Amino acid sequence: MAKQHVTTTVNNDEFEFLCEPKASMLDVLRDELNLTGSKEGCATGDCGACSVVMDGRLVCSCLVLGVEMEGKSIETIEGMADGEKLHPLQQQFLDHAALQCGICTPGVLVAAKALLEKNPDPTETEVRYWLAGNLCRCTGYDKIIRAVMDAAKEMRAA
Amino acid sequence: MQYEAPQTLDAALSLLAGATGQARILAGGTDIMVQLHMDTTDPDMLVDIKNISELRAITETDGAFTIGAVTTGAELGENEAVKKMWPGVVEGLELIGSTQVQGRATIGGNLCNASPAADVIPALIAANAITNVVGPNGSREVAAEDIPVGPGKTSLAQDEIVVSISFPARGARAGDAYLRFIPRTEMDIAVVGVGISLEVDEAGVCTQARVGLGAVAEKALLVPEAAATLIGTSLDDAAMEKLAAAISAACRPINDRRGTIEFRTDVAGVMARRTAKIAYDRAVG
Ligand SMILES: Cc1cc2nc3c(=O)[nH]c(=O)nc-3n(C[C@H](O)[C@H](O)[C@H](O)COP(=O)(O)OP(=O)(O)OC[C@H]3O[C@@H](n4cnc5c(N)ncnc54)[C@H](O)[C@@H]3O)c2cc1C
Ligand code: FES
Ligand code: FES
Repeated sequence: MAKQHVTTTVNNDEFEFLCEPKASMLDVLRDELNLTGSKEGCATGDCGACSVVMDGRLVCSCLVLGVEMEGKSIETIEGMADGEKLHPLQQQFLDHAALQCGICTPGVLVAAKALLEKNPDPTETEVRYWLAGNLCRCTGYDKIIRAVMDAAKEMRAA
Repeated sequence: MQYEAPQTLDAALSLLAGATGQARILAGGTDIMVQLHMDTTDPDMLVDIKNISELRAITETDGAFTIGAVTTGAELGENEAVKKMWPGVVEGLELIGSTQVQGRATIGGNLCNASPAADVIPALIAANAITNVVGPNGSREVAAEDIPVGPGKTSLAQDEIVVSISFPARGARAGDAYLRFIPRTEMDIAVVGVGISLEVDEAGVCTQARVGLGAVAEKALLVPEAAATLIGTSLDDAAMEKLAAAISAACRPINDRRGTIEFRTDVAGVMARRTAKIAYDRAVG
């Protein structure tokens, strides 16, 4: 199977790689680019653990082919903190203990950041619907929702 | 597997026509990627049609909209003009999956995946939508209800592409709606889905109606008998009873873990009444 050459931008860094045509973007991020923050919970679009932003749209990286990254700009969890300084969402997740095992957390954070960029003042219902594609087996969601609401408040005040 | 992302419709058509073995069209990939992962498909070639400009455009001439086949749920939800004219169609597309899936899932992909429970198809049928199909021998127009022929099966040839979906212009007193029944409030597959589009006169009497019904047969159905119960009425209680009866009569569902035959048949009638009321309120304005 002939591999295809792909040039893409991830978290503002340019990457070039040879891609197996059937590999998903999630496979590429984790195995080729060593960006293992995005997790595989299902590989069928159901859990959201692999969430990334591609050209401004929140997507499941398991539902995108690696070869479709050509020419695109991708944001993953690795681009969220500013060096050592955590993003307000990340800090609120720690403060609220909004994670336990942490498998869902990168996807939830990426999805929540995409929401707050589009809607800085969401209602709780809007947060719950926006995050409906991010499954969490541990927290029962409540702490996640509270952390997102408080991060939104903090970011509006900043 | 070979992956191609042609920039023009002609290039896509020649790739499909010249393919040796199985070639499949890739739009948003939210169905195909799952099938690849589950090993239920193993194509020799994927032709990614997302970069072709004709498939991306949304245009309007004298109230008639044409929506490019690769328009995603997220994109259509941001189009105020389409939302105003065809809220039911937009509702159907926006019900698909999560925010993440919305960023990818296309209107053409939902139609061509031909799931009996697909959420856009009943709304397209109700809207009297026409698909613009191109193939090696030129273009043809196909009514939305004639694209699916059975679970996962369409009337399209392997080398045909749905370019866009056209919606007829209609009067000011018109409305459509789509509702589905699912056990959860989000992220589930329809147990029943109903799309209804209707027009009313100045007195609020229904003059035209179309009804699309999903998830209760091997494919989504156009139900003219149900539409007929609405025409000439103001959707009074008697008309609603007849509508529910006509809908239930059209159901030929299967038993599965989401619902029994009896449940689906009954709920279809209930959903049809609710959908008709919303479409009517929108039409009356
Ligand atoms: C987590 C999850 C939840 C989902 N929830 C729902 C739901 O609630 N309701 C629902 O209806 N669906 C749901 N789906 C299914 C899927 O998202 C939709 O059917 C979607 O609209 C498919 O569009 P796509 O562009 O991603 O299709 P693709 O996967 O790209 O294609 C689907 C099929 O259509 C063919 N095709 C695509 N475009 C064309 C074209 N222009 N011309 C000819 N053939 C074409 C492809 O060859 C393929 O056979 C869900 C999927 C996932 C992963
Ligand atoms: S791994 Fe992509 S949605 Fe679960
Ligand atoms: S913290 Fe374990 S799945 Fe969410």
